[in-house]
Amino acid sequence: MTARIAYADVEVGTELPGAVFPVDRATLVRYAGASGDFNPIHWNERFARDVGLPDVIAHGMFTMAEAGRIITDWAGDPGAVLEYGVRFTKPVVVPDDDKGAEIEVTAKVAALLDEEARTVRVDITARSAGQKVLGMARAVVRLA
Amino acid sequence: MPLDESFVGRSYPPTEPYEVGREKIREFAHAIGDANPAYADPEAAKALGHPDVIAPPTFVFSITFAAAQTVIQDPQLGLDYSRVVHGDQKFAYSRPVRAGDRLSVTSVIESVSSRAGNEIVDVRGEVHDASGEHVVTVHTKLVARMTGAGE
Repeated sequence: MTARIAYADVEVGTELPGAVFPVDRATLVRYAGASGDFNPIHWNERFARDVGLPDVIAHGMFTMAEAGRIITDWAGDPGAVLEYGVRFTKPVVVPDDDKGAEIEVTAKVAALLDEEARTVRVDITARSAGQKVLGMARAVVRLA
Repeated sequence: MPLDESFVGRSYPPTEPYEVGREKIREFAHAIGDANPAYADPEAAKALGHPDVIAPPTFVFSITFAAAQTVIQDPQLGLDYSRVVHGDQKFAYSRPVRAGDRLSVTSVIESVSSRAGNEIVDVRGEVHDASGEHVVTVHTKLVARMTGAGE
C-alpha cells in the first residue's frame, strides 16, 4: 500500500481537500442497481411519503461512500483506509427536480495514532441542505 | 414484543463464497462517481502494490448485508423489519477487497437492546477469503424505530 501523503507531513488539524457531491434520482437508481439495495424509499416518492419521509432519500451507504471519497482521494491509494465508520444521523433528501441534492464533505486529521505504523485518524463532516447527515464519521488511514 | 435477548452471541455458519469480479467493482465505483484508477485499471492497482483492482471501502457492505438478512429476518429474533433503519456502519480492514476474492461471511449477533421504544441489533460480519485469511470485519447497527408507539 502506498499512500501519497507522508505521515511526517501532517499534523493534528491538517485539513483534507473538501468536495461537494451532487446526487439526483438517477444517481440513486444507479446506486440501487450497483449495490443491490432496491428499498423503494430510495426511488419511489409515494412509498417514501407513506412511511413518513419528506421525500425520496439517498441510501445511507451512498452517503457513506461519497464521504469516504475525500479520504481515498487524499490518500491516493484506497487501500490505505484501514478503518471507516459512520453514524447515520439525518437522511439526504433528494427532490425530483433538475438539481437534486448535494452532499458537502470536509475532513481533517484529528489524531496521530501510531508513528511506527504511520496511522492517523481523520474526522469527517458531511452536510446536506445545511444539516449534518453523518455523525461519528471517522477513518483510520495509513500514510506513507 | 421485545426482542429475544438469548440471540446475543449467536453465530451463523459461513455463507457460500461471493466471487468479487472486476466488472462488479467497476460498476460500483461508477455508481459512486469515483474514477480512482485503483478500482478499474489492474496496472494502476499493481503500481500501488495490489495484486488486482481493489474495491472501494464500502463495497463489501452489499455482501455482508445479504448475509445479515438471514440473521435479522429470523422470525425467532422478533425484529420488525418494516421499521428497520440503518444506525451505524463500520469497516475494519486487514486488507482491501480485490477482484478474484472469494469471500465468505460469518455473522454474529453482538447485542440486542431496547431504548426509548426503539429496538437495536448489532451484527458483526467477519469476512474471510478462500484461504481463510481475514479480510474485513463489518459492524452494522440496525434500529427498528418506535415499536408499539403507533408512529
